[in-house]
Amino acid sequence: METIPTLLGAAWLLPLVSFTLILLFGPRMGKAGKAASYVAIGAIGGGFVLSLIALFQWRGIDEPYLAGEWYTLAQFDSLKLTIGYYVDTLTVVMFCMVTLIATCIHFYAVGYMHEELHDVTDHEVTLADGSHLTRPGRFHRFFQYLSLFCFSMLGIVISGNIAMTFVFWELVGICSYFLIGFYIERKSASTAANKAFIVNRVGDMGMIIGLMVLFTTLGTFNFGDVDGEPGIFSLVRPEVAHHDDHAGRDAAASPFATVALAPKADAGDQSDHHGDHTAHATRPLVVPQGMFDAAVRDRVAAGEEATAENLEAWQSSKLGYGLLVIAGLGIFCGCVGKSAQFPLHVWLPDAMEGPTPVSALVHSATMVAAGVFLVGRFYPVFTPEVLLAIAVIGCFTLFMAATIAITATDIKRVLAYSTLSQLGYMMFALGVGGWVAGMLHLITHAFFKSLLFMCSGSVIHAVHSNEMTDMGGLLKKMPITAYTMLVGCLAIIGAGIPLVIGLSGYYSKDAILAQAMLFAEQDENGLFRLMFFVAAGGAAITAFYMFRLWFMTFLGEPRDAHRYEHAHESPKVMTYPLLVLSFFAIFVATPLTSLDMTTAPLTAALDEARPADDHQARTAEDAAGATWLSIPYEHDSHTARIHTQAGLIAFGTAMGGLLLACCIYWWRLVNPREVADMFRPIYRFLLGKWWFDELYDRLFVQPTFFFSRIIAGIDKNLIDWLIDNLAAGTRWFCVGFDTWIDRLFVDGLVNWTARKIYAIGLAFRAVQTGNLRQYIVLIVVGTVALFILATFGFAG
Amino acid sequence: MLSLLSEPVGLSHYLIVGAVMFVSGAVCMATKRNALGVLMGIELVLNGANVNFVAFGSDFLARNPNYGIGLDGHVIALFVIVLAAAEAAVALAIVLNFYNNHATIDVDKADELKG
Repeated sequence: METIPTLLGAAWLLPLVSFTLILLFGPRMGKAGKAASYVAIGAIGGGFVLSLIALFQWRGIDEPYLAGEWYTLAQFDSLKLTIGYYVDTLTVVMFCMVTLIATCIHFYAVGYMHEELHDVTDHEVTLADGSHLTRPGRFHRFFQYLSLFCFSMLGIVISGNIAMTFVFWELVGICSYFLIGFYIERKSASTAANKAFIVNRVGDMGMIIGLMVLFTTLGTFNFGDVDGEPGIFSLVRPEVAHHDDHAGRDAAASPFATVALAPKADAGDQSDHHGDHTAHATRPLVVPQGMFDAAVRDRVAAGEEATAENLEAWQSSKLGYGLLVIAGLGIFCGCVGKSAQFPLHVWLPDAMEGPTPVSALVHSATMVAAGVFLVGRFYPVFTPEVLLAIAVIGCFTLFMAATIAITATDIKRVLAYSTLSQLGYMMFALGVGGWVAGMLHLITHAFFKSLLFMCSGSVIHAVHSNEMTDMGGLLKKMPITAYTMLVGCLAIIGAGIPLVIGLSGYYSKDAILAQAMLFAEQDENGLFRLMFFVAAGGAAITAFYMFRLWFMTFLGEPRDAHRYEHAHESPKVMTYPLLVLSFFAIFVATPLTSLDMTTAPLTAALDEARPADDHQARTAEDAAGATWLSIPYEHDSHTARIHTQAGLIAFGTAMGGLLLACCIYWWRLVNPREVADMFRPIYRFLLGKWWFDELYDRLFVQPTFFFSRIIAGIDKNLIDWLIDNLAAGTRWFCVGFDTWIDRLFVDGLVNWTARKIYAIGLAFRAVQTGNLRQYIVLIVVGTVALFILATFGFAG
Repeated sequence: MLSLLSEPVGLSHYLIVGAVMFVSGAVCMATKRNALGVLMGIELVLNGANVNFVAFGSDFLARNPNYGIGLDGHVIALFVIVLAAAEAAVALAIVLNFYNNHATIDVDKADELKG
C-alpha cells in the first residue's frame, strides 16, 4: 500500500533529475545537445510508466486517500513546512494524464524544435543595423524547462499540504515565464512573459491571504490526516454519524461547540436516494473550531463578553463563517490567476508567444488546469457562497472567451481563447456542484486541447505563419494533421450521437450542462437560469469558432499560394503523438459496457475520488434562516429527465454552431466580411478582445505610470535637491571642521608635542659626548651626589 | 681619626684600604687616556670592592651576627675575580679591535657613538 506514494514520488522526481542533468551537461549532450531530449523523454516516459503501475495498484486499495510526510523542511514553533503527499484517485488519474500528455508533447517537441539544433536566425528580431538576429540554438534548454515544468506540475498534483502546493504553484509560474519568453530576443515574447508573471502575482496575493487565514485559524497546512493529526479537510468537515447529536459531543471536547451548517435532518433523506452512499458518514461543512475561536477573540476584544449565552448565540449565528468564505475566496483567487479566469485572463492569449509545444503542454493541458485542479482538491472547504462566485466567474469567462475566439485570426489565439472558455466551463461546473463533471472535463479537455494545439503547431511548422488568413486548403498537403485536428474539434464541441455514444468531450460537456440545469431548476432566480443558457450558448459558439478554424485552415482555396507550395506533412515524430492523443481524445471517457456515461472507467474513478463529504446539497441561509442558495448534489443530475434534456440541448446548440460555421466557411452561403460589416460595433468589440487590455491599460498601467512619473519627479526635484544640498552642507561643514579643528587644533597639539620632545632630545643629546673618561667622572660624581643626598637630604 | 693608628687592625682599616684602592681606580679610569690604563683602573675598582667583601666576610665580623655576611663575602669576591677576568678578556678584545681600526688606543678618540 505504501508503494503507491513511493511510485508517484519517483515519477514526480524523475523530471527533476532530468532537469538537473540537462542543466549541468545540456550543451555537451550529443550533437548540439540533441541527447538532452532523450534524457527528458526518458524521465517523463518513466514517470508515465510508474504512474500507470500506481494506477493499477490503486484499484486494490479501499482507503479514500493516503496522506503522509516525506520530509520536514522546517518547523517554526507550530508552523510546519513539509514535503508530503496526498494521494487519492484524482491524484493518480492526474498523474497518468499529465505524464501521458507530457510524453507525447516531448516527442512532438523533438520534431518541432529541430531548428534550435543549429544556429538560428530569428526573422522577427531586427537589430539596430537592420540585420536579423543570429544566435546559437537552445534545443537543450527547451527540454530543460519542460522537465522542470513537469516536475513542478506533478509536485502540485502530489502535494500533501497547501504550502507545498503554493511552492510548486510558483515553480509552475516561473517555468511558464521561462517558456513564454523562450524567444527572449523578441520584444513581444519578453513582454508576454512579464505579463503572465505579473498577472499571476495578483492572483497569488489572494492565495497567500487564503493560506494565512487557513493557517492562523486551523494551525495546519495538511490536506489529509497525517499521523492522527487532523488535516484541513477533517477540520472543516469533521465526521458526524447520522443521528449523532454532534453539538453535544463537541461541547464536551472543547469550550466552544462546533457549528453545523448543513441541515442535519435532510442528510439522511438525501442520501437515501443512493443506497450505496448511505454507508458514508455525513461530513457536513462546519465552521472549524479555530475560526470560531478567532472570531470570538475579535468579539471579546471589541468589548463583548464571552458568556455562555453569548457563545450559544454566536454559535447559532455561525460566527467565524466569514473566515471560511475568505479562505475559500483567497484560494480561488490564486486559481483565477493560474487558470486565467476573468478578470485575470489577459495573460493567457499573450502566452502564445511561446513555442507551440509549450502552448500545448503548459497553456492548455496542464498548468492552467492546475487552478481547476486546486479548486477540485479544495472542494470540501468551499462554502456555497464561494461556489456561487466560482460559478459566476467561470460562466462569464466561458462566454467572453468564446465570443473573442470568433473573431481571432491567429490560429493559436483562437485555441487560447478556446482554452479560456473551456477552463470557464470547468470552473462553472465545479461552482454549480458538478465536481466529477468539472474534473472529467479537465481531463478530456487536456487530451483534446493538447491535440488541437499540436495540430496547430504542425500547421504553423508547415506554413511558417500563425495567421489563418495565410492558410487554406491544407487538407491535401497534410492529411494526418487535418484529420487528427478534426477529431480534436469534434471532441471539443462534444460531438456524438445523442444519448448513445460520443467523443470524450460529449460526456464531459453533457455532465456539466446537466448539473447546470439541475442548479438552474432549483431556484426561481433568473441569474441561475441565465447562467445555464450562457453555458449552453457557449457550446454553440465553441462549435462555431472551432469549425471556423478548421475550415479556414484546411478547406477552401489556398489564400497564400507561396506558403501553400512549401507546406508539407510534419515528420513522424510529430504526427505519431497526434495519433496517440486523438485516440485518447475519442475514447478517454467512453463507457465500455453500457450507454450510461457514469459507468465509464474514468468517470467511475473520479466519482470514487469525489470528496467524501460531498454527498448532499450544499445550502446557504440568509440572515432570516431561509435557504437562498443551494448547490445541488451531483448524482441528482443523473436522472434520465435532466440528463436527456441537457444532452439534447447541448447537442442541439453544438450542431447549430457547427451548421453556422459550415454555412459561412465551407459552403460559403454568407460572406463573413458582410456579416462583420453588418455587426460592425460588435465585431470591433470582439476583435478588440472586449478591450480588456485597453481597459487594464487605462485602469492600472497608465495610472501606475502617471503615479510613477509624479514620484520620479518628486524624487528628482525634491529628494535629489534635498540630498544635494545636504551633501553640500555637510561638505562645507567638514571643510570648516577640517581647517579649524583638525588642522589647527589637533594637528597643532600633536606637532607642538613632537617639537617639544625633539627639543628635549636635542638638549639631552649634548650629554652624550662619547668621552669615556667624562662618563666615569659623571658616574663617580653622580654616585657621590646620591650618597650625599641620601645621607643628608632625607635625614629627617 | 688618629685613633685608627693606635687601634689594632680591624674592619675599618680594611675598609680604608678598599676605599683608597677604589678611589685610585676611579681616578685612574677618569684620567688615563690609554685604554689599558683605564682597564687597570677598573681592576683597581673591582679589587677595592673585593677587599671590602673579604673584610665583611672575615671571622671577626662573623662573630657579630648584626654585621657579618660570613662565607658569602669570600664567595662574592671569587665571583668578582672571575667576572673581572672575563671582563678583562672582552675589554682587551675591544681594545685590540679598536686599535686595528684606528691605530690608537686613546679613549678620547673613541667618541664615535656620541649623541
